[in-house]
Amino acid sequence: MATPTVDKQATIAYLEAKARSIRWDVIKMIGTAGSGHPGGSLSAADIVATLYFHELDHRPDDPGWPDRDRFVLSKGHAAPVLYAALAESGYFPREDLWTLRKIDSHLQGHPDMRKTPGVEISTGSLGMGFSAAVGMALGLRIDKRQSRVYTLIGDGESQEGIIWEASMFAAQQKLDNIVGVLDYNNMQIDGLVSEIVDIYPATSKWSAFGWHVIEIDGHKIGEILDAFRAARVVKGRPTMIIANTIKGKCVSFMEKAVDFHGKAPTSEEVDRALVEIEALGPLG
Amino acid sequence: MAYKRATREAYGDALLELGREYPDLVVLEADLAKSTTTIKFKEEFPDRFFDCGVAEQNMMAMAAGLATTGKVCYTGSFAMFATGRAFEQIRNIVSYPRLNVKICPTHAGITVGADGASHQTLEDIALMRVIPGMMVIVPADYYEAKKAIKKVAEIEGPVFIRLGKAPVPVLFDDTYEFVPGRAVNLREGSNVTICATGIMVDSSLKAADNLAQQGISVEVINISTIKPLDEGAIIGSASKTGRVIVAEEHSIIGGLGSAVAELLSDKYPVPVTRIGINDLFGRSGGPAELLEYYGLTDEDISQAAKSLLDK
Repeated sequence: MATPTVDKQATIAYLEAKARSIRWDVIKMIGTAGSGHPGGSLSAADIVATLYFHELDHRPDDPGWPDRDRFVLSKGHAAPVLYAALAESGYFPREDLWTLRKIDSHLQGHPDMRKTPGVEISTGSLGMGFSAAVGMALGLRIDKRQSRVYTLIGDGESQEGIIWEASMFAAQQKLDNIVGVLDYNNMQIDGLVSEIVDIYPATSKWSAFGWHVIEIDGHKIGEILDAFRAARVVKGRPTMIIANTIKGKCVSFMEKAVDFHGKAPTSEEVDRALVEIEALGPLG
Repeated sequence: MAYKRATREAYGDALLELGREYPDLVVLEADLAKSTTTIKFKEEFPDRFFDCGVAEQNMMAMAAGLATTGKVCYTGSFAMFATGRAFEQIRNIVSYPRLNVKICPTHAGITVGADGASHQTLEDIALMRVIPGMMVIVPADYYEAKKAIKKVAEIEGPVFIRLGKAPVPVLFDDTYEFVPGRAVNLREGSNVTICATGIMVDSSLKAADNLAQQGISVEVINISTIKPLDEGAIIGSASKTGRVIVAEEHSIIGGLGSAVAELLSDKYPVPVTRIGINDLFGRSGGPAELLEYYGLTDEDISQAAKSLLDK
């Protein structure tokens, strides 16, 4: 999607506003639904905003356009961040967001490609989306399309064996049209990733698996933009962006709070969270 | 009738023909290309063949991803690993989104033989049958396997075709027409119905011959599509004979025996005897020895028919 400005600082400001808007919607959605996963949605908001409003070449009015870039949310429990970005992009009306997880909603608890426009593949069971994204990259390369595939994985998710099966395969096939982003917030349901089954050092692990690795602050839009641009010129191997993030980012009482991995805020907490997000700057 | 071919041989042969017909057909294998015979496709279409190594879960989820880009994706490996280890990939990222993946693993059942229990899946039909929307096909011979593998390329969505390692008698020829969802009556009879699938179709026909000599008239139905089940064919025959035997190279739990028993108990209750592996793991041995050991011979079917008639 074209960015309405060529100046990098303006682009960053534009994307920061989009990210705030996405965070606002994430809180409102999960609060309204009464269940969902706020922590890992907030940690991924800057990455997802940068993808949908700068990096991806996509057409919200034509979701099946064959030459589109693909985004696969492999950490499917962060569905609210994806839905917020899709609504903001125009795939469906924003009012739909407030139906999240309801019986007649197209917005399932985890992404469903057959129900929600713009969802590339159904995810939720961890590890599979990443592997499917590698399959997509392979299919697009067979067809000699220029489309690129982006996939967001979690750090707890990286404990799944299929992540490493797919990583080996992508490197073996020299797939350079796929970019993985690790949302490295160091938290999973049962506690700290580093205290449960550590994936550290993630950078050298993917490097050893044959990937080009870029490590960034996953909340600095400028670094996210630079990483995606750098990945475009990497040839002959896939790129993994290790994005160091904070679970629950931008809501003080959710930051680094394990409980908010999969717990909805109360209505009072929703109000507090929305005030905090609005105080950070204009919404996009 | 005398000559035998393994149903797995049909996989490589069918894929070659499909590859020429469908430019978007892709084959994924998990380090078993020679055993499953997908190597034939690899040799002619190296750009559309991908060996995933010993990583069945990744093979299956990648197949889902490939399918979203418009590919018709056929997967390999052995039935134990393709449907067992990769079950959740099949359930969650292939079947739930109804993606166009054809799961055609080989080496199913007890007739894997000497490799023993770890490789003899007797649960795969049950695993695949319980998934909503999954088509489950168990061919009886080489030709039915080849026709089915080719036919399902025309169907959008997930399909499981169960193939075997051991050479089994050839029952049909190249003129055979496979119709998904249709059971085929191979022998008319009036005293007892045998619903058979896979390699048990041949044994059932032999049993029918033996029983005919003893004055027992047996109807034999080849149920190669286990899901969706040809309910009309089964109820029609049960209403004629009043007694049904089900024969399969699979656990008696969850396979064709269960499918037929579920159907008849709902819609036309008659006595049913299930012949299969009696809730056991397999063991090493020759295919014929194992079929005898676990009670899956034509003689076992004949005995079951006589017992059922005595009831």
